[in-house]
Amino acid sequence: MPTLTGADWSAIRLTLELAAVSTVVLLLLGTPLAWWLACTRSRWKGVVGAVVALPLVLPPTVIGFYLLVAMGPNGPLGRLTEALGLGLLPFSFAGLVVGSVVYSLPFVVQPLANAFEAIGRRPLEVAATLRAGPWDRFFNVALPLARPGFVTATILGFAHTVGEFGVVLMIGGNIPDRTRVVSVAIYDHVEALEYAQAHWLSAGMLAFSFVVLLALYGRRGNAGGGVG
Amino acid sequence: MAEHPLATGASTAIAAHAVATAATASAATGASGAAQGPTPSAAGIEARFAVDYAGFRLDVDLRLPGRGVTALFGHSGSGKTTLLRCVAGLEPAARGRLVVNGECWQDDARGIQVPTHRRELGYVFQEASLFPHLSVRRNLEFGLRRIPTAARRVRLEHAVALLGIEALLERMPDRLSGGERQRVGMARALLTSPRILLMDEPLAALDHRRKQEILPYLERLHDELDIPVLYVSHSPDEVVRLADHVVMLGAGKVMAAGELHATMARLDLPTAFTEDAGVVVDGTVAEHDDHDHLTRLDFPGGAVWVQRQPVALGRRLRFRIHARDVSLADHKVEGTSIVNLIAVTVKEVVGADSPAHVLVGLDAGGTALIARITRRSSAQLGLRPGLRMWAQIKSVALLG
Repeated sequence: MPTLTGADWSAIRLTLELAAVSTVVLLLLGTPLAWWLACTRSRWKGVVGAVVALPLVLPPTVIGFYLLVAMGPNGPLGRLTEALGLGLLPFSFAGLVVGSVVYSLPFVVQPLANAFEAIGRRPLEVAATLRAGPWDRFFNVALPLARPGFVTATILGFAHTVGEFGVVLMIGGNIPDRTRVVSVAIYDHVEALEYAQAHWLSAGMLAFSFVVLLALYGRRGNAGGGVG
Repeated sequence: MAEHPLATGASTAIAAHAVATAATASAATGASGAAQGPTPSAAGIEARFAVDYAGFRLDVDLRLPGRGVTALFGHSGSGKTTLLRCVAGLEPAARGRLVVNGECWQDDARGIQVPTHRRELGYVFQEASLFPHLSVRRNLEFGLRRIPTAARRVRLEHAVALLGIEALLERMPDRLSGGERQRVGMARALLTSPRILLMDEPLAALDHRRKQEILPYLERLHDELDIPVLYVSHSPDEVVRLADHVVMLGAGKVMAAGELHATMARLDLPTAFTEDAGVVVDGTVAEHDDHDHLTRLDFPGGAVWVQRQPVALGRRLRFRIHARDVSLADHKVEGTSIVNLIAVTVKEVVGADSPAHVLVGLDAGGTALIARITRRSSAQLGLRPGLRMWAQIKSVALLG
């Protein structure tokens, strides 16, 4: 019975690395963004909220295409990275991280924003009357109270990055050990009629996704809410 | 003010504000002292606020005493909670000026707006609003740990004992009753060693039994604290039991403000208050009659007999005489079941909440009383200022 090749294991390792790095970046970027969305009364709130939610409805190829253009030698991002001496991002692991972050942003920002909104103003007002300044209030009241939202955001951000295909293919190509993730590897196997290996990888993804969603929805009360 | 914790360098920003206030105050009195009347003293609270919301406007200008309990009293929608939040700096839209015992916390004319976390205040919210992720002890320590050691004037053990929450320290807030939570909330506010304590209907969310459980603690706070307390309430009972001063608010405006007894004895309050009109009197326990099971309470100008109270002679008891429980006679009536007859002088007669009634302001030789009688009786008795009458007091409501 044919099992996974070394290249497949490499794809799995790369996928997990990409998901882990992307999730960390997503939490770092998504937390202040979600906090702003939850607290602001700015008229830009709707616009920013809509932009963050775009990846939910756009075909991944559209996101991948524009990112490819932007990160290319003539795109604004590409010029910036070259000016900084980082080279060009397309077809690199860093490029994949950028793509994944954009693609999975709503899956992290929305649960966080919901969790921050659910806290309400009261605990923060209480903290202010107890001498806690703005940063103090954020780190010692808002963050602990939004914990369920962070669990949801982390799980969804990680799982959604593992499951992406279109964006990765557009901006990462299919370079073994560098940009070939599991979903692309499955595509390759099917193209090559290697159904057994495609089965192994696909079944693995199916099991992984189910376990993740079970962990998410099985949590008591599902506090913090999911996407939407 | 002898001791000024801020001068120790705890918060240079506010210290600078305080200095600035003092300088401006003296400059102002020097330039136009005559026009401004008496020099504003450092003690006391000056609160002038205007805030506009859709359909509601708060516009107040108050001078409040620098110690004792001041009740902000009014119906819901009167603006009392908004006023309290303005004092705390929780209403960013509010414009005006706020000076608390010499410290300027807000003066929009000079661009001063001290943020809430730099105001040395304690705030007790209507729902205790304990942090659900922290134990009772960690809740109590939240504010305590955020003030400099040198500024800590209230010890954890002291606050815990004062509010009787020794047994609750290791519990989580969701394992407490409503009354217990509110007591923890009060202790937590006290532990920041505030210069002013703001309480927003701390009893409103509690049932009658829990209220009775907390009131003694509030009275103890009143007796032991040397800081001003602003106490928001819509309950006349709480106000007359706890307050020294009262501010009556209606539709965002001050309807009446002043010392409790004098304000309650006023007859010109809006109708909303006159249906429950009555005076508050502080009496001294003067005599126990064990045969008839009565206790005599003396007050300036008179005395009342009430049911025997388990209270030592010489102690003070606050009681309330509702206007509807006072009737008038032009001579000392013999052969009546009414025990309490007091000689009074009519001060004024004004219309009451119903067209059939009048309120009669009375002076019992130093203590004000109010009688609510029918317009017909008033005419038959020929009531006019200066007339000597006998007030017959049907019942006395003891407070606390």
